Amino acid sequence: MEDVNIVEQITLSDYKYGFISDIENDTAPKGLSEDTVRFISEKKKEPKFMLDWRLKAYRYWLKMKEPEWANVKYPPIDYQDIYYYAAPKNSSEGPKSLEEVDPEIRKTFEKLGIPLAEQQKLAGIAVDAVLDSVSVATTFKGKLSELGIIFCSMSDAVQNHPDLIEKYIGTVVPSTDNYFAALNSAVFSDGSFCYIPKGVRCPMELSTYFRINAKSSGQFERTLIVAEEGAYVSYLEGCSAPMRDENQLHAAVVELIAEKNAEIKYSTVQNWYPGDKEGKGGIYNFVTKRGMCRGDNSKISWTQVETGSAITWKYPSCILKGDNSVGEFYSVALTNNYQQADTGTKMMHLGKNTKSRIVSKGISAGKSQNSYRGLVSVNTKATNSRNYSQCDSLLIGDKCGAHTFPYIDIGNKSSVVEHEATTSKISDDIIFYCNQRGISTEDAVGLIVNGYAKEVLNQLPMEFAVEAQKLLAISLEGSVG
Amino acid sequence: MSLLKIENLKVNINGNQIIKGINLEVNAGEIHAIMGPNGSGKSTLANVLAGREDYIVTEGSVTYMGKNLFDMASEVRAREGIFLAFQYPVEIPGVSNANFMRTALNELRKFRNEEPLDAMDFLQLMREKAKLVEIDKTFLNRSVNEGFSGGEKKRNEIFQMAMLQPKLAILDETDSGLDIDALKIVANGVNKLSNENNAFVVITHYQRLLDYIIPDFVHVLYKGQIVKSGTKKLALELEEKGYDWIKKEIDM
Repeated sequence: MEDVNIVEQITLSDYKYGFISDIENDTAPKGLSEDTVRFISEKKKEPKFMLDWRLKAYRYWLKMKEPEWANVKYPPIDYQDIYYYAAPKNSSEGPKSLEEVDPEIRKTFEKLGIPLAEQQKLAGIAVDAVLDSVSVATTFKGKLSELGIIFCSMSDAVQNHPDLIEKYIGTVVPSTDNYFAALNSAVFSDGSFCYIPKGVRCPMELSTYFRINAKSSGQFERTLIVAEEGAYVSYLEGCSAPMRDENQLHAAVVELIAEKNAEIKYSTVQNWYPGDKEGKGGIYNFVTKRGMCRGDNSKISWTQVETGSAITWKYPSCILKGDNSVGEFYSVALTNNYQQADTGTKMMHLGKNTKSRIVSKGISAGKSQNSYRGLVSVNTKATNSRNYSQCDSLLIGDKCGAHTFPYIDIGNKSSVVEHEATTSKISDDIIFYCNQRGISTEDAVGLIVNGYAKEVLNQLPMEFAVEAQKLLAISLEGSVG
Repeated sequence: MSLLKIENLKVNINGNQIIKGINLEVNAGEIHAIMGPNGSGKSTLANVLAGREDYIVTEGSVTYMGKNLFDMASEVRAREGIFLAFQYPVEIPGVSNANFMRTALNELRKFRNEEPLDAMDFLQLMREKAKLVEIDKTFLNRSVNEGFSGGEKKRNEIFQMAMLQPKLAILDETDSGLDIDALKIVANGVNKLSNENNAFVVITHYQRLLDYIIPDFVHVLYKGQIVKSGTKKLALELEEKGYDWIKKEIDM
């Protein structure tokens, strides 16, 4: 059958961004202990509250168990066989300008197509670039600080804005929230901090490029975004990682806080190394992302395009605490070869008249497994709340799987929750129809997949949407014969 | 000029021989009608020419513009000018007619070493061709065939044909399921596109369509072979006497 050919062809696609750059590391000894936590905190010259917070998380983590409920399978992780801290060696002084940045690092970014220099001004993007664990370059700080916006690495924020960090960190994702969040809280290496003061509309898209680079150095990003009353910010996060044989652990935490009338838009394009055709290698991506609509009329919107990682465990969620607050989740999750994704969202309606919207588009190819897992919970006090969920699955070939696990929990009678789901398949008939119009099979799949994901891609800022479209096509390259 | 030459073609599907030795030559400027009762192999012939994979050619040859047709992948055949108007056009959710046609047309242009058509020229061309088959402009933004009526799908096929301007167009029962008005629109589209440089192979079960598209040749396909060829008169004779007339003659 043609299906069989299709599936076999799927495994022919290769990861295009795989390479290893040769940068010296200032590395903590392998393994996790209180000493590791202290080492990290000391390296970063952190105030005492931060160390205490980390240690508390570490001690709690020791008592926790790795979650097993997700629809993913992987060999046990040896947490003592991981490096928890690696910094580019020459960074202790800190570069004053882009010219001072290690040429190797700059080359890495160039290969990834990240414009670090003048192009940024034209593109209107300020990049807080994270290579391994330490920020190597930050631009546009000046322009942003005129508006009172703080956009810096987490390490800088802990040192320069300890009051803000102490006030907000862990308020949305407590250090004891779950196994991976606790681990992150203990050993988080770096990440971004963003603070938009009252009434300020951030004039540019903020973006961070994460990148795993050092061998076996788990990556523990921690990002915190606070939008004060009436503030607005759109934040972009993009990932790509070099080719690796070993599995690498990635456990990030992102916390968003939107005060009254504030809005935060958080967009992700995730393209970590997914492993090879036989399912060897690839990143384990265990992420906790949560936003809190704390004030009335606030809004948080998550958009994600997930194409990478061997395993994805990720549920960007919204706590709709303020009355009339709005939470949105738009997701495209693509799995190929042996990738496994268990992703979705939680919408927790606490305030009155709160609204949420979930649009999830899963695409499975190869021998991959793709699950949507979502919870919509409406509190007894959250009267007149509404949710609309749409979960679609697209299958390519007949050796992959798509699963949907929707949980709904409604505590009052005036709220309305709607759920729609579809499953479709790229059939041989559709492919032949496209071929007969002169469109190659690969282009046909790209066309169909992008059409299918359009509703989500439309939510991304323009330049990201184009990149995401390409990424979907690249990820499925050679997937259909 | 000979566009298509089929010699002693034999085709199997799942081990069953459906086409049992067909010979047919189609020259530029000609319209051929292929008629025949259900199950005679008409659609199989159309699909084999278009390059569908489940069909296995066991014998014979097909030469298209001097080249071996079977050396070309189906998308290459399309770019070389072979167009199949499908009997059952598929729906492609999320892909607009405009986007679909633009991709197809630009693939064709790339094949001919031409620059892609810019958005404005493309839009103008679409509007012009849409008029030809009397389809509404709003249809161009709708997903390919999604939620289309049977008649709309068939008109969309003719619209696509008009956009791509093939050298050899094969219409696989395009008339089935059409009311008389839609039939006239489809026929009118074909007549306007027909010229001395292209050829049409019109597959149909009924004579009706041939009142509007006048064929130069009519062939009757029965049990996988062309059993009778003639002019337009043959179609009328068939209409009058029915396929039983042919069946009797052959089966005797």
